[in-house]
Amino acid sequence: MKHKLNFACQTSALSELRAFLQGAMSGVSLSEIEKHQVTLAVEEVCANLIIHSHGCNPEDYIHLEIKDSAQKLVFEISDQGKAFNILTYEAPDLKKVMVEKRKGGLGIILVKKIMDEIEFESENGTNTCRLIKWFHS
Amino acid sequence: MLRLEKSTENKIEILSLFGEVDASNSVILDEAIQELVDGGAKSIIVDGEKLDYISSAGLGVFMSYLEDFNDKGISMKICGLTPKVHEVFKILGLDQLIPIYEDRAAASAS
Repeated sequence: MKHKLNFACQTSALSELRAFLQGAMSGVSLSEIEKHQVTLAVEEVCANLIIHSHGCNPEDYIHLEIKDSAQKLVFEISDQGKAFNILTYEAPDLKKVMVEKRKGGLGIILVKKIMDEIEFESENGTNTCRLIKWFHS
Repeated sequence: MLRLEKSTENKIEILSLFGEVDASNSVILDEAIQELVDGGAKSIIVDGEKLDYISSAGLGVFMSYLEDFNDKGISMKICGLTPKVHEVFKILGLDQLIPIYEDRAAASAS
């Protein structure tokens, strides 16, 4: 089954995104805690794009597609902003975040800990980030 | 949507969070904590019993105060987190940096 959502690059779209994700995952075989975490991971990637790649420009859009199969859930997030390669970004350690009083950097740590696989590609001006969660029996 | 309520109990400042904290509203949480600090608070309990969701934007707000609070001898505790939200603190290891209690009574008594 596939679910699709297009949303504008503004942080006020994040609550709509969460509601969409919860609805799309209502029937999948993940626990409530796992669904909550997967929602968080997808939101973190989208919030990063909204703020850092699109400067919260409401005229830009992010496209999200969810594909589920018997084994896994795939969240495909695509945009045409400044490419942010989550795979090569080195997440700061917690101590550094604390000492430097940074309010950012934590999101990527969460995404990498929550999702089982992450893919990124940038082609012809379109960036695609795939977050994959396997169903563990 | 995020709503905050402040109260004082036995010289402890209680900041209760209702709803969801994300990148659209984490500044409200930041301002509320800053106000408590500016007002001379020495002991703060953040009550998350009605907190349904928190993203890294909100967690980052807590993180950004830890060093200052250590230097100034301000105590910050968190209590009442639902299992879902508590798990997010644990994933990041924030439960090792901020004392987390089951409820307000336990946080006040410690």
